[in-house]
Amino acid sequence: MLEIKNLVVQIEDKRILNGLDLTVNNGEVAAIMGPNGSGKSTLSYVIAGKEDYEVLDGEILLDGQNLLEMEPDQRAAAGVFLAFQYPLEIPGVASMTFLKAAMNAQRKARGDAELTMPDFIKRVNAAATQLEIPKDMLKRALNVGFSGGEKKRMEILQMALLQPTFCILDETDSGLDIDALRIVSEGVNALRSPDRSFLVITHYQRLLNHIVPDTVHVMSAGRIVKSGGKELALELEANGYADYRESEAA
Amino acid sequence: MPAVQETIDQVRLIDVDQYKYGFETEVEMEKAPKGLSEDVIRFISAKKGEPEWMLQWRLDAYKRWLTMKEPTWARVSYDKIDYNDIYYYAAPKNNPAPKSLDEVDPEILKTYEKLGIPLREQEILAGVEPRNRVAVDAVFDSVSVATTFKEELKKAGVIFMPISEAIREYPDLVRQYLGSVVPVTDNYFATLNSAVFTDGSFVYVPPGVRCPMELSTYFRINEKNTGQFERTLIIADKGSYVSYLEGCTAPKRDENQLHAAVVELIALDDAEIKYSTVQNWYPGDAEGRGGIYNFVTKRGDCRGKNSVITWTQVETGSAITWKYPSCILRGDNSRGEFYSIAVSNGMQQVDSGTKMIHLGKNTTSRIISKGIAAGRSENTYRGLVSAHRKATGARNFTNCDSLLIGNQCGAHTVPYIESKNASAVFEHEATTSKISEDQMFYCQQRGLSEEEATALIVNGFVKDVLQQLPMEFAVEAQKLISISLEGSVG
Ligand SMILES: Nc1ncnc2c1ncn2[C@@H]1O[C@H](COP(=O)(O)OP(=O)(O)OP(=O)(O)O)[C@@H](O)[C@H]1O
Ligand SMILES: [Mg+2]
Repeated sequence: MLEIKNLVVQIEDKRILNGLDLTVNNGEVAAIMGPNGSGKSTLSYVIAGKEDYEVLDGEILLDGQNLLEMEPDQRAAAGVFLAFQYPLEIPGVASMTFLKAAMNAQRKARGDAELTMPDFIKRVNAAATQLEIPKDMLKRALNVGFSGGEKKRMEILQMALLQPTFCILDETDSGLDIDALRIVSEGVNALRSPDRSFLVITHYQRLLNHIVPDTVHVMSAGRIVKSGGKELALELEANGYADYRESEAA
Repeated sequence: MPAVQETIDQVRLIDVDQYKYGFETEVEMEKAPKGLSEDVIRFISAKKGEPEWMLQWRLDAYKRWLTMKEPTWARVSYDKIDYNDIYYYAAPKNNPAPKSLDEVDPEILKTYEKLGIPLREQEILAGVEPRNRVAVDAVFDSVSVATTFKEELKKAGVIFMPISEAIREYPDLVRQYLGSVVPVTDNYFATLNSAVFTDGSFVYVPPGVRCPMELSTYFRINEKNTGQFERTLIIADKGSYVSYLEGCTAPKRDENQLHAAVVELIALDDAEIKYSTVQNWYPGDAEGRGGIYNFVTKRGDCRGKNSVITWTQVETGSAITWKYPSCILRGDNSRGEFYSIAVSNGMQQVDSGTKMIHLGKNTTSRIISKGIAAGRSENTYRGLVSAHRKATGARNFTNCDSLLIGNQCGAHTVPYIESKNASAVFEHEATTSKISEDQMFYCQQRGLSEEEATALIVNGFVKDVLQQLPMEFAVEAQKLISISLEGSVG
């Protein structure tokens, strides 16, 4: 379970999160929607532990552990996964090599033995097949020269292999074509389980048609201003954020 | 990727200032009087039992050197060297020329054991598959203390011995080739070397012979205030092949020490020489105190048609590196290659690169250089590609990449291109990149520590060059690179 209480965050003296509260239960899929610049990506970075952000107040607990005291790699080992809105390119490092290094680093942090090569290959092949990622792509340097959609698929492949307990998807649907959206959504749905939760950041209902959320939160000016069930997303789709922007101005 | 893991483990094991070869060996040494003079040169020559012509050669070089000035064009700065404050010869007292390992001072044997250099043939034979065997020439300060597999190589017709021995045993061969690639007058440091060189390796591979094992020389500077002036000469006769590797280390000391080597390679018709270096001289401490001044002239002459010379270097050590392994592509259709990884951290200064001189027809060359700068170091690639008037069809491909770690280091690329033949085609690519904080965060988000992430990215950056090294050294080199970069992140 992820619990965020009264989170206040600034970057370079600019306040971005303003006392944000959010709880995501085990097994829950929570969607976050909100206008551009409302702080959605910031929230995901702060959960994952990116350095640049100054946390002025509040706490983030994952299954009772205080994430704010942990390094990003420790948070990853504790089960946090962030599918980036803009995945980074790692030149010279084959995707396969990267996947293996990441999987083994997390295993080591948890005290598990390194994967054997055949076991690793088997897992990668299974996950790549499901996400329809061609094997050739895995030989290329991670994300270098990948199309926008390919990068997003690669994020989900990593998620499938790392088996995190708390997954953040930051606009994973942007850049995906219609088929890819379906494939990626199926990949995510296959990972849904009672002890894994998701925070799905998106601007569009069409993703939520595939990955049906349990809860929907509206974020505006660095706070959750409204929460509801999946129908809230439909309402937003119809009416936009006008109602909520007013609260921003207030 | 197990190699990455090993690298990380290795990094964890080492102490704060990282250099694990910094120990000293206690042996009684015999030295020449301090400073440089004709008498000192005569002393060295006498110690080596050299013929008169060799002494004369040295003295001529010395006279020439006295008229020369230290070069200042490289992008490095250091306090003036007092050439009279250096010992030019230092050898273990008991037995400067041991005939077998049993005669070598046990302290010295221990030194090589600690460095992981196998000197006992039986031990090498025991564990390793035959095709992985490596013959070693171990040079300790000014003398070679052991050369392995000499007999077996001799059966194949390959001569592999200390150059001081070769001067006595094969004077005609040495005389024919010594100074034929790097002339005595070539440059300040090469001329100095010609006057005072002490030891190094000599290799001759006869026509048509493929050298049955890797050859290597391991240079160790041990004695204080002593310069090392190694001289290596490798001749691959027609249609032969040899692969050679050199390694170097030195103790940690607060004062700087000079290493001025000359290496000459000669490849005759259809011959091939691969020369690899893993240079790990003491780099000095974090404040820039101490460390080796590495002023080295290395040049290969593709003298025959279809000959090939490949330089591969992994440079992680030395306070200052001034080094440009080059190829003279004289024979038609000859090929020169230069693959380099130069890592600098702390206050290290590297000015390194290559020269590809195209003289013959349809000669080709390839340069792949990877510079990695961290800490407050400065890392310069300096390269020259030139085509002579007659070098019809000359081709060069150059790729120079620099990777910066942190904000206080510098990477520079200084390429010179000269073409006097209109048909020459020279291609040059260069990139400079930085490991960004965002890349670091991305890797960490996937569970990699900062150290692991750096090692992974750096390994990716250098892998094209590592692939050129003989297998067993590639793994070593990979570890070495990560160790050199320890403390460069965070
Ligand atoms: N380094 C920074 N310096 C200054 N402002 C920043 C910095 N990083 C983010 N911001 C600002 O913080 C605000 C929130 O950005 P964030 O990326 O979290 O928004 P978002 O909700 O994810 O928007 P989008 O829907 O467009 O992805 C924006 O106004 C952005 O300009
Ligand atoms: Mg965003």
